[in-house]
Amino acid sequence: MLTLLSLQSAEIALLASLVLGVACGLLGSFVVVRRIALVGDTLSHAVLPGVVAGMLWSPERDPYVILSLAALAGLLGVVTVQAIVKSTRIKSDAALGIVLASFFGLGLLWKSRARVPGVSDFLFGNAGAISVQDLVTMSVVSLLLVVIVFLLYRPFLVLSFDEGFAKGLGYPVGFLNALFYGLLSFAVVVAMQAVGVILVSAMLVTPAAAASLFTERLRTMTLWSMLIGVLSGGIGCFLSIHLDGLKTGAVITLVASSFFTLSYLFAPQQGVLAKQLRRGRERQRVARENLLKSIYHMMEAEGFRQDGVTKLALAEWRKTDLESIERSCQKLIKAGEAHVGRDALIYLTKSGWRRAVEIVRNHRLWELYLTNQADYAPDHVHDDAEKVEHVLSGEMLRKLEKDLNFPEVDPHGKPIPSVEKTLQELSQEGGTLS
Amino acid sequence: MSLPWDVFGVDATWMLLMAFLVALPCSQIGSFLVLRRMSLVGDAISHGVLPGIVLGFVFTGDLASPWLLVGAAVSGILVTLLVELIHRKSKVKQDAAIGIAFTTLFALGVLMLEFFTHGNVHLDASCVIEGQLDRVIYYPDWVLLGIAVPEPVVTMAALALCTMILIVVFYRALLMTSFDPGLSASFGFRPSWIHYGLVGFLSVIVVSAFQAVGAILVIALLILPAASAYLCTHRLKTMLVLAGVHAFLSSWLGLLLYAHLNAGLASAIVTAGMGLFLLAWLVGPVDGVLMKWLARQRAVAENQRDISKNVSERNE
Repeated sequence: MLTLLSLQSAEIALLASLVLGVACGLLGSFVVVRRIALVGDTLSHAVLPGVVAGMLWSPERDPYVILSLAALAGLLGVVTVQAIVKSTRIKSDAALGIVLASFFGLGLLWKSRARVPGVSDFLFGNAGAISVQDLVTMSVVSLLLVVIVFLLYRPFLVLSFDEGFAKGLGYPVGFLNALFYGLLSFAVVVAMQAVGVILVSAMLVTPAAAASLFTERLRTMTLWSMLIGVLSGGIGCFLSIHLDGLKTGAVITLVASSFFTLSYLFAPQQGVLAKQLRRGRERQRVARENLLKSIYHMMEAEGFRQDGVTKLALAEWRKTDLESIERSCQKLIKAGEAHVGRDALIYLTKSGWRRAVEIVRNHRLWELYLTNQADYAPDHVHDDAEKVEHVLSGEMLRKLEKDLNFPEVDPHGKPIPSVEKTLQELSQEGGTLS
Repeated sequence: MSLPWDVFGVDATWMLLMAFLVALPCSQIGSFLVLRRMSLVGDAISHGVLPGIVLGFVFTGDLASPWLLVGAAVSGILVTLLVELIHRKSKVKQDAAIGIAFTTLFALGVLMLEFFTHGNVHLDASCVIEGQLDRVIYYPDWVLLGIAVPEPVVTMAALALCTMILIVVFYRALLMTSFDPGLSASFGFRPSWIHYGLVGFLSVIVVSAFQAVGAILVIALLILPAASAYLCTHRLKTMLVLAGVHAFLSSWLGLLLYAHLNAGLASAIVTAGMGLFLLAWLVGPVDGVLMKWLARQRAVAENQRDISKNVSERNE
């Protein structure tokens, strides 16, 4: 305690920001998963009458009193929202808005009527005004939050994703929900003193949303979210102290938003960049496969008398110019699916042959499936097969072959090539594959 | 009980008029927000336009400048585009996207406020939260028809008039896009144009109300009248009229409360509006809980009567 008492206000502010990062990051991930981000916003405004009541009740600003009354007001707000939605046609968005604004207006009126000093620290956030006693309370409450959520992790997890299922498992859903919103109110009030009413939402939503782009698992997401919350709090508070005392809440929020932007752009699986790259690679693969298919078709039209095709013939076949064929062939060669012989013809390598046969086989199998099993007219199946041929593989393909009884001819009378047979024949001929 | 006219004299009239002129356009556009389930878009925009307001204020030095309204409309649309950008391109859901977008912009606005307008009395943090509706009497007057009218009252009156005209002109389009976007598209009204038009105009109204009531209480002016009216009627036209009535009554009662309690004017108006909403919740003709309960009791009693009548008929 002695060491705590000797802390400077800047150090207290920093510690408080770290603590609120933990509390908000933890509950925020549940908020994001349950899609109640705006409930968090409403809650943060609805606690105001409770804060005013707490300040009036205990003029020496006992943080426990303020915290409990504020959380009570928050719970009352949530209950009111549910009552409005249940008993009228008003939808939840309007109900949230009503409670948010009404409770906040009431709190403001009461505050200005009773002339309570110090409420504005809660409204705008003032990390510098946090006392050692406040810090201890915040830490105790946050620790409590962490312990409760850790102990009740499973029920909360089930509740967040499927309330009906939670009921079926015999969980006391009503009690758990009340507990959850109670904890959420505590987290909100803990954060409010440092970042202010409006930006509490940011602490609840932004780190958790950033974390949600990293992982599909709630447990991992919760840990990431707490980490990002702590980092935002720490870095934000540090910056605000060093940048001439800029408003702590705003700086912390912007740091959290930067984390979100980073994760939005660069998250390994869900990031916009990663998705774009994946889509680009996919498009390239489809383009390559279409070229392989064309080469196969050309050779098939010649009765496989020749192993290679000229670029000019390929360009004519694909109804495009030589230049673009040149470019696509380069990509094919780079992927190891074709090579240029001494006679300047394009030859398929073994893996090129395999893929080409696979694609043609997929295409014709799918056409057959659509005509035989799905009653499509034979002249309506080509376009669909053009898309499906690139994604058909594995389990699905085997099921298709079995259902169609390993066919050899497609609805247009063309043979459905077999990968194994073709490769065997090729290696017997010895031709280009040796 | 102290009446406003005893306390403020003729200024009370200006305060009432100003409060009503701010609340009226909010109540009208708010009705459409509630019907379109966009209430929280109003919340997001009222916070998200703060950087626009600060920038406009820095360049024009005047919170009443029309350029501020243009900037507001643009930044309001930007907020919605930002929300779309976040939730369309990632698995972040719309509610979280709204939360992220408006808090980020609001934080930016707060920092800009501190940075640009250090110590400026006309635009500070408390104005963002509480507004300065009661300051209307300190503004310079315009002389209209021999009467000195405070300047903000004139601008708000113009805006309120504009709102009413726009609502009348676009009534059909708004009605159809609110209830059946598919049908309205087939009639040639583009739902997305109406949507962005509404968002842009909402931003203009929010910004002009901002100085009077602050960023948070403006939500009350948008939603409370509309929600109260919604509980009283099934018809859109009646709902709009009732929302206007709610706006007037809450301004009037709010002023009474303000004079009586000597507390913030904007929060007094919101509290009065909340009281009216509670009243509608209880005794609203269409959806009030008490009315529904009474109707149920009556139905049960009638049922009972029918049954006993049938029984007695059979016994005869």
